[in-house]
Amino acid sequence: MSLTNETIQLKLTEKFPDQLIDWQEPYGMLTFTAPKDLNLKVLQFLYDDAELRFQFLTDLQAVHYPDNKGEELAVVYHLHNLVDNVRIRFKIFVDIEKPDVFSATALYRSANHMERETYDFFGVNFIGHPNLIRILNVDEMDYFPMRKQYPVEDQSRIDKDDEMFGRG
Amino acid sequence: MGEGFMATNFEKVVSLARKNSIWPLPFATSCCGIEFMATAASHYDLARFGAERMSFSPRQCDLLLVMGTIAKKMGPVLRQVYLQMAEPRWVVAVGACASSGGIFDTYSVLQGIDQVIPVDVYVPGCPPRPEAILDGFLKIQDLVNAEGLRRRHSDQYKELLAGYGIQ
Repeated sequence: MSLTNETIQLKLTEKFPDQLIDWQEPYGMLTFTAPKDLNLKVLQFLYDDAELRFQFLTDLQAVHYPDNKGEELAVVYHLHNLVDNVRIRFKIFVDIEKPDVFSATALYRSANHMERETYDFFGVNFIGHPNLIRILNVDEMDYFPMRKQYPVEDQSRIDKDDEMFGRG
Repeated sequence: MGEGFMATNFEKVVSLARKNSIWPLPFATSCCGIEFMATAASHYDLARFGAERMSFSPRQCDLLLVMGTIAKKMGPVLRQVYLQMAEPRWVVAVGACASSGGIFDTYSVLQGIDQVIPVDVYVPGCPPRPEAILDGFLKIQDLVNAEGLRRRHSDQYKELLAGYGIQ
């Protein structure tokens, strides 16, 4: 019998009663939200459970919701059960003023670079990460460019006349 | 003087030699580099202008051809390549990205390589056709031909380099 979304949801609610919220299934992919302090416990449970076996971290990234006061940054985990070929996704929300999240590097080696990238672009502070420094941007950069308060255009440019580019 | 001789001055001879044996260093990061490959291949044949000897060691090159988007993280690398070239040296910014950042008006892209190294000729286009790159190369030949032997010692030139923090 293959693993169904109902089974996964049942097992998770049994383990974490009333703590996991916002269950959805967009395009058949089970999605939910967890409290930020529980992220490692949820990951560990999904990893260790004999039936769930979500042992592959497909992706880890953040989303900035500037209007979501107190919970501006969402950190999203994509997990894959390679045996049953089932994918799930869950999110945690953190305050942008204090974006501390426990690092998943002890559980998934692949989280190392992905957490560095998330730090680089969104400034999420992964507690317990062995080497949390910028990975793609220049080291001198002093802000987190994917946060939505920064316009996409390079603010440091002095040679471009805005009128010439239709932005006058 | 008899047949086979002509009178000229040393500066003109050196200029003539330089302009017809420019060794280019292709610094290609994206699509403009593909156009340059076409320029250097048999159909457009950059070798007609004495530039068939591509060198991938900056120390032996005269002309740095920067083709493609230069990310800010690539800036110091490009600068180091330029510093490793021996005088006299020239630089062509091929395409919109190298000249001005092009469509990549964003936090991660250098808005024109002239922010880190001095540029002699800008070739517009996105990407420029091989004819345009050849035209840019001919412009460089004109510059090389007209350049006096002592220009690199002039105060103006030293000031330009100092403007970029070089030497």
